Amino acid sequence: MPRTIRLAGLIAMIAFALVFMGAAIQGKIGVISILTGQGSGYGEAITNGFKLARDEINAKGAVHIELVIEDSSGKQEQALAAGQKLINSAQVVAILGPTLSTEMKVMGPEANASGVPIMGTSTTAAGITQIGKYVFRNSLPESQAIPASVKKAVKKYNIKKVALFYGNDDVFTKSGFDTMKKVAEDLKLSIVTIETFQKGQSDYKAQLTKIKGLSPDAVFCSALYEEGAVILSQARKMGIKVPFVGGNGFNSPKVIEIAKEAAEGLLVATPWFADRNDPKVKAFVARYEKAYGKKPDQFAAQAYDALYIMAEALQKAGKADREKLRDALAGIRNFDGVLGKFSFDADRDVVMEPNVLIIKDGKFQMFQ
Amino acid sequence: MFAEQLINGITLGSIYAIVALGYTIVFGVLDIINMAHGEIFMFGAFVGMLIATKAHAPLWAAFLGAIAVTAVMGYLLERIALRPLRGRSGGSALAPLISTIGVSILLENTAHKLFGAGNQLFETSFAEIKFEVGPVTVYLVQAAILAIAILLMAGLWLWLYKTRAGKGLRATAENLETAGLLGVDTTKIITATVVVASSMGGVAGVLVGMAFNYINNQMGLSMGLKGLAIIIFGGMGSVAGAVAGGILLGLSETFVVAYGSSGYRDAIAFIAIIVVLLIKPQGLFGQALPETRR
Repeated sequence: MPRTIRLAGLIAMIAFALVFMGAAIQGKIGVISILTGQGSGYGEAITNGFKLARDEINAKGAVHIELVIEDSSGKQEQALAAGQKLINSAQVVAILGPTLSTEMKVMGPEANASGVPIMGTSTTAAGITQIGKYVFRNSLPESQAIPASVKKAVKKYNIKKVALFYGNDDVFTKSGFDTMKKVAEDLKLSIVTIETFQKGQSDYKAQLTKIKGLSPDAVFCSALYEEGAVILSQARKMGIKVPFVGGNGFNSPKVIEIAKEAAEGLLVATPWFADRNDPKVKAFVARYEKAYGKKPDQFAAQAYDALYIMAEALQKAGKADREKLRDALAGIRNFDGVLGKFSFDADRDVVMEPNVLIIKDGKFQMFQ
Repeated sequence: MFAEQLINGITLGSIYAIVALGYTIVFGVLDIINMAHGEIFMFGAFVGMLIATKAHAPLWAAFLGAIAVTAVMGYLLERIALRPLRGRSGGSALAPLISTIGVSILLENTAHKLFGAGNQLFETSFAEIKFEVGPVTVYLVQAAILAIAILLMAGLWLWLYKTRAGKGLRATAENLETAGLLGVDTTKIITATVVVASSMGGVAGVLVGMAFNYINNQMGLSMGLKGLAIIIFGGMGSVAGAVAGGILLGLSETFVVAYGSSGYRDAIAFIAIIVVLLIKPQGLFGQALPETRR
C-alpha cells in the first residue's frame, strides 16, 4: 500500500514537472550589484526592484526566472570576478547590472566576448552600449533627459535668452552643463552669460545680480540639490522670477524642503516619477511599498522594468538561449513599463520620453 | 547693477573682515594661527539659527546666545587645547597649530552629529526688511552687517589702545615673558583674547546666516581659509589690516564675477593678494617684524 502511494506520487510529480516545463521558459539570470560598502543603498533598491519583478513574472507562469545575485562592492575587479562566475559556473543566460558605469566598462567587454547579453539598469555614462552587440541598458542618460526639459520649457515659455549657471568643480554638474549648453546652441537660444560656482559656497549673490541685470527668459542651472536649493532661494529673494531648468542632480524632494516656496517654477526631467497618474505606476509603487516599507526610487523602478524587458525577450526567444535572447532583446520596441514607453535603438541604447516635472504648489508635478 | 554689486561686495567683505579680526588678534597675542576659528564661527551660526529660526526668538537673543556659546568654546579651546602646550620646553612651535586643527575636526564632526549634513534654513523676519533706492534694492541686513563690522573694529581698537587691559594685551603680544615679569597676568590676557576672538566669530556666524539664509557644517572651512588669506594680506596681527583686507577681498571677488568671469573668482582675488605680498611682504598694514619678536 505505501509503495503504491509513493509510486503514484512520483508519477504525479513527473507529470507535473513535464507540464510545467512545457509551459514555462526557465531563465537563469545573473545580477551583479553593490550589496556591501559605499553605494549599497543603490544596490539594495536595484535588487529589491528585481525581486519584486521576479515574483510577479513567476506568478504569471509564462516565464520562470531564477535570479543569481552577486556582490561587486562597487569595485571593478570584484564586478569582473562576479561576472565570470555567473557566466562560467552558474551558466546564466543573461546578466543584469553592474551598478556603476565604471564597473560596466570592465564587465561589458567580458560578457560581450563570452556572448552573454548584459544590461545595465543604472549606468548612465557615455559609450556604454558601444562596448559591443551584447551590451544593453535601460537607464536614461542625462544627455537625453536635459534636452527634453529644455525643449518643453522653451516651447511653453517662449524662451529666447538664457543664462547658464553651473558648479565647475564637479564632474556630474559639469557634464550636465555641457549638455545644457549644447541644447541651447542647437535651439539657437542666445546665451547671455555663463556663470559658475563651487561646492559648498554660501553666497551666490554676485553671480545672481549679474544674471538679473541681463534679464534672461530662463536660467539653466546644473547643480546638485544642496547648492541648487540655496541658489533658487537667493535668486527668488533677489527678484529673479524666470523659470529654472535643472539637471538630474536637482531632482530631489530635498529642494522643496530647503528652498520652500522659492523652489516653485523649477523644471527637471526624470525617467521615473512615482506620482505619475498611471495605473501601472500606482500598482508598482503600492506593491513595492508593501514589500519593502518605502517608496521605490529611480533605481528600483529601472531594475523592475529591466527584468520585465528580459522576461519579454525570453518569451520571444522561446527558450533560454544566449544568442536567441540577444536578438530578441535587440528587437524590443514600445515596451510598456513603469518608466513609460521604452525601446532600444539600433545601438541597444535607450529610447524613451522622460517625464518633465515642475515644482508647483510645493510638490513635483507633471509639466504640461 | 553697479550699486547692487557694490552692496554685495561690501556685505561679503564685512563678514570676511569680522572673521579675519578673530584670527588676527589671536595671532597678534599668541603668534599662533587658530585653525578652529572657522568651526567656532560655524557653531555661532548654528546657535543663532536655533534661537532665531527654530525658537522664533528675537534677533538680539540670537546674537547673545551665539556670543555666549562661542565665548565658552573659546575658553575651553584655550584651557584644553592651548594652555597645556604653552611654556613647555622642547615642544614644537607647531604644536598649538596642530592642536587647533584637531579641535576644528572635532567641532565639524560634532556639528554633523548635532545638526546633520546639508543646508539648514536660517530665517528671520529682520532679514526680509528691504527698501528701494531708485532701482536698487537694499536689505536692512546688509547695512546692519557693515555697521556691526565697523562697530566691532572700533570697539576692538578702543579696547587695545585705550584700556589698561588692552595695554597688558599689547605688552603680552610684544613679549610674553617680559610682560609677565612686569606684573601683567598673561594667562588671563591670553584667555580673554581667545574668548573675545571666538565670540566675534560667533557674531560673524549669525551675520552669515542672516545675509545668505543658509548655513551648513562645512562653512567653517571655506570661511576660515578666506580669513587666513586676509590676515596675511592685511598684515598678521593688524586690526586695520584685517578689516581693509576683508572688505577688499569681498569687493574684488564680487567685481570679478560682475565684470569678468565667475570661474576666475578665487583665482583673481588670490593673484591680487600674491601681487600685494610680493611688493609688501609684511602685508598691507603689517610692520616689519621688530627685533624683539621671537
